[in-house]
Amino acid sequence: MKRFTAWRRRPWAGYAVVLAALAAIGVIYAGLSPRTDRAEAAHSAQAAADLANGRQLYNKNCASCHGPNAEGTKDAEGRPLAPSLIGVGAASVDFQVSTGRMPAMNPGAQVPRKEPIPEFNTNIPTDYHDPKQREKAEKQKAQAEKNLADLRNYIQSLGGGPEVPSAEMVDPDSGDVALGGKLFRTNCAQCHNFVGSGGALTGGKYAPPLSNSDVTPTQIYEAMLTGPQAMPVFNDTTLTPEQKKAIIAYVVKTREEPNPGGNGLGRIGPVAEGLTGWLVGLSMMVLAAMWLTAKKPKKLKKS
Amino acid sequence: MSTQSTPPKAVSGPLNFLDDRLGSTTFFRRNMKKVFPDHWSFMLGEIALYSFVILLLTGTFLTLWFQPSMHEVVYEGSYTKLRGVVMSEAYASTLHISFDVRGGLLMRQIHHWAAILFMCAIAAHMLRVFFTGAYRKPRELNWLIGIGLFTLGMVEGLFGYSLPDDLLSGTGLRITQGVAEAIPVVGTYIYMFLFGGEFPHGTHGEIIPRLFTLHVLLIPGVILALITAHMMIMWHQKHTQMPGPGRTNDNVVGYPFYPVFMAKTGAYFLFTFGVIALLATFAQINPIWMYGPYDPGAISAGSQPDWYMGVLEGSLRIMPNWETTAFGHTISWNVLIPALVPLGLVFGGAALWPFLEQWITGDKRHHHLVERPRNAPVRTGVGMAAITFYGLLWLAGANDVIAERFHVSLFATTWFFRFAIFIGPVLAFVVTKRICLGLQRKDAAVMHHGVEAGIIMMSPEGGFSEKHEPPTEEERAVILSKENKSPALRTADDNGIPAPGAKGPLGHLRGRLHRYWTFDDIPVEEHDHEEHAEVDEGARKELTH
Amino acid sequence: MSDNTGSNEPMESGDAVRKEQSPKRKVGTPAQGGRLLATDESEPAPQGAGAKLDEAAAKRAERVVAALFLLAALASVGFIAAYVWSGTQGPDGMHGIDDARASNYALGACMTVAMLAMAVGVTIWVRRLMTSKQIVQQRGELPSGEATRAEFEAAFMEGAEDSGITKRPLLRRTLLLAAAPLGLAPLVLLRDLGPLPEKRLRHTFWGEAVKQAKAQGKQGVRLVVDGTNRPLRVSDFATPGSMITVVPEGIDKSPHAMNEIAKAVTILINVPAEKFKPVKGRENWHVNGIVAYSKICTHVGCPAALYEQTTHHILCPCHQSTFDATDGAKVIFGPAARPLPQLPLSVDNEGYLIATGDFPEPVGPSFWERG
Repeated sequence: MKRFTAWRRRPWAGYAVVLAALAAIGVIYAGLSPRTDRAEAAHSAQAAADLANGRQLYNKNCASCHGPNAEGTKDAEGRPLAPSLIGVGAASVDFQVSTGRMPAMNPGAQVPRKEPIPEFNTNIPTDYHDPKQREKAEKQKAQAEKNLADLRNYIQSLGGGPEVPSAEMVDPDSGDVALGGKLFRTNCAQCHNFVGSGGALTGGKYAPPLSNSDVTPTQIYEAMLTGPQAMPVFNDTTLTPEQKKAIIAYVVKTREEPNPGGNGLGRIGPVAEGLTGWLVGLSMMVLAAMWLTAKKPKKLKKS
Repeated sequence: MSTQSTPPKAVSGPLNFLDDRLGSTTFFRRNMKKVFPDHWSFMLGEIALYSFVILLLTGTFLTLWFQPSMHEVVYEGSYTKLRGVVMSEAYASTLHISFDVRGGLLMRQIHHWAAILFMCAIAAHMLRVFFTGAYRKPRELNWLIGIGLFTLGMVEGLFGYSLPDDLLSGTGLRITQGVAEAIPVVGTYIYMFLFGGEFPHGTHGEIIPRLFTLHVLLIPGVILALITAHMMIMWHQKHTQMPGPGRTNDNVVGYPFYPVFMAKTGAYFLFTFGVIALLATFAQINPIWMYGPYDPGAISAGSQPDWYMGVLEGSLRIMPNWETTAFGHTISWNVLIPALVPLGLVFGGAALWPFLEQWITGDKRHHHLVERPRNAPVRTGVGMAAITFYGLLWLAGANDVIAERFHVSLFATTWFFRFAIFIGPVLAFVVTKRICLGLQRKDAAVMHHGVEAGIIMMSPEGGFSEKHEPPTEEERAVILSKENKSPALRTADDNGIPAPGAKGPLGHLRGRLHRYWTFDDIPVEEHDHEEHAEVDEGARKELTH
Repeated sequence: MSDNTGSNEPMESGDAVRKEQSPKRKVGTPAQGGRLLATDESEPAPQGAGAKLDEAAAKRAERVVAALFLLAALASVGFIAAYVWSGTQGPDGMHGIDDARASNYALGACMTVAMLAMAVGVTIWVRRLMTSKQIVQQRGELPSGEATRAEFEAAFMEGAEDSGITKRPLLRRTLLLAAAPLGLAPLVLLRDLGPLPEKRLRHTFWGEAVKQAKAQGKQGVRLVVDGTNRPLRVSDFATPGSMITVVPEGIDKSPHAMNEIAKAVTILINVPAEKFKPVKGRENWHVNGIVAYSKICTHVGCPAALYEQTTHHILCPCHQSTFDATDGAKVIFGPAARPLPQLPLSVDNEGYLIATGDFPEPVGPSFWERG
């Protein structure tokens, strides 16, 4: 588990996951791509099976809060407990489930990011030396990918909504970083801080940090598109996909950027700097003063 | 001292050259053995002095490349993430210093860390002076200069971090503008005159060049003049000293300026420079490239000023939204009160304090021996109350960081601070005063029956008692430095004529405050018989508590 | 400056007396070593200048100090080397973040080592090799004394009488009169620091742009997204919970664009229509819950831009003034006293969102003349 966490935090882990996911999707897609009538028939049969799997997963993990038909639930006084999922779209499902926010564990001011439940955990490491172990992990991962895709498709089938962006749409390397910086500072930094270190909202809520590499470009895109929890929505006609890609490029490039001036002190600005000045700077100076003015060591003097 | 050797030609030559023209050797002879008392807390002010020297050096370096201009350019420099972005020359040249001038980033970071440490050191130095009563007559002038230096340092710092024209500094200027606008009657005029028109560009981008001149010429000039005056007064009056054996109000005990103090203070300059260089190497400060150029429509979460302005930020945050509009005019109490009252209380109070204390205690004597904080419980209590007040406002300026890091409600932190700044200082005063009196009682006990030796003695009758031994000479000298009850206020002079100010409500207030200053004072006295008894038959000493 | 007439007597107490005891001992804690009684014998302390040091220990200290000074010298040379090396990083010198990072570490580490090694060296030197002991000086009286003061006062009055300033009030008064305008002159000189406020704070570019648009026969000025200059159709912004920063079309071409943006910047929010409560008299200022408020906080002018789509709060991240987007941006918490000004919105013939007028009141912080 420890090793697993350590791997997961490596800077390249996020990309490895994305690449693996892409590869998996590619394989599935290639396997399913319709070539002949027979394949088409097989495909539709397969699609029906997938949808059924999605529905089953929904009933098992989501229906207790969101209701058997995803219509949402209300408490005795008519206040909504869980929102309706009809029309939220695949992007929303992918964001909520892949960040581990859903299924939610305990109600609080805000549903926190956490490790996805095993059925949907696509972040598991597969780079074992032991081929057997690796095969098992790869299988499990592929299953998680499929589960997530089936659940997404099931919810999408209920009422449409924003789709999951393609890999090309969220590729940080092809975004306009300078434009992304401008848009980020105007529309995102007020909550997430100038480099995405996160910030406080009202009532104990907070804007989560975007500075960890497990926040994938796809998730950033989906968050903008769907506006999870307190976050406002930036749909594709307000900020175009190209502009969203610019913002993703800015976030990813900035968090990968080294701190040229030493330790970044959390990249939260002057509060950490002032604290460092007092606790490190002044303390060291006081220690030096104490040494300079301490009584002379007597053992050096001839007795 | 005893050697008869003569200095080498390299020393005596220039000395004689100067002496022939200035008569300077008389001064050098008198002062080279000048005594400087030794205590670590006496070096806090030196940190500020040396940080200032470093600020001057690095600041000059930065001006060689910095362009104090708001003229807009398209950045095409080496920081790739901002290529093609429209920004002011000030911001572009700061990027240039950081990424294209060798050592530029280091100098920028040293400059900023030195500024942080400069203000930390002044604050710590002022607290030391306050709590030891070192501001008392004849040193009130230097105390006032110190307060002036701190406030100038605040303004200098604000202007300094406004210069790069990044998002954070522009936000600071935006708030400065909002506060200026809130000033009754002349607010909008001050705003227009400061910015040369409307925020932020005025008519021709006036604000940055103006702040630059103030930051590199006017304010440092005044600071330099005040520091010089501060040092000359200190030199002339000789430093205060801590109580101890052989140390009295009329002498000064310590190491001679040449060679010991000179070497120590030289080493301390190197320490200051070294620690600041260490911070500048390993701790990034003010990464303006991440903040981005100033954009009036943009803002970052956690937009905070540097620590010394945090008090203003905190008081602005916790102020309720009071505003009055009458007769077609608006007064923004929600801005005016937090901008003026807390700092006015702390600094105005600090400036008045030496004179207020003199008025209350009636003590017009010269003090060269500092007072232990416990021996002036009211002063120490007031000091701690002020620290609490300042510290709470400072924390309130970071309430969003607190809320975010500890996942508490933002509004709850605001409400907490709204009450805490009133309750906290009172609590701090009461608790501190109690602690001081407790320590006085302990001193009295030590003088009365010595120090517990930790050795249990059994008497022939089988009773147990703890061995007490008398305090050492140093301990005695320190403890006995306490003045028991300051002299009573003179209500009449020698001829029986009532002293002015003893009557009337003010006179009564003064009498009352005077009593409050000393009424619970614990006398600490020497007990001669005890000491002799101790030496002779110390074993008989009873365990008293 | 001061004169140190006091004798430089060697000081025997202080250090000397304490030598016998453990220097770490605090009042109230037992002495170390089980000593029961204080001794009065003062140590004959041979620590004046030129006093004998333990030569072996002194030699050791000397070597340590010398080594530290050598280290400092090496570090300084290293600093110069690092400077030269930094220049060879890129094809044409040090450029960019990675070079700057390497350079900062190399230069800073050398500088730190140089400074701290010297500091530590000098400290050890002064502590282990200098033998000066504490000395005592008398302070002497600070005040000059009655006689001096009297002498000065007499001389002062003599001079004053000689000058005639006491006897000739006309001279005195006209001199004052001559000096007074001199004091005022510099104040006058400051007048051209900036223009007078006039009505500048009362309108924004929205008003001007709407006027221009109406002159061209349009219904109002389009809202464009800040940063991309894209005009927005109602259908583009139809998702409930949307938020974006907008400015009037054409503001970037205005003569003082930065100043205009600083006043005109606006947030556009899509509040779910069922939650939206329009302010009286502004029932037609929104388009199906799409509503626009000034982004400039009414407290001290930070961009109040933090919008929570669940609570519909608009929060200013500087001082946490909180406004209710569903209810005319009225203040619900924090130091701001007034709601964010609202911009009248409408839709033009092509379906684009437009502003039909300026903000009805001055944007940003309150000021004296605001009323």
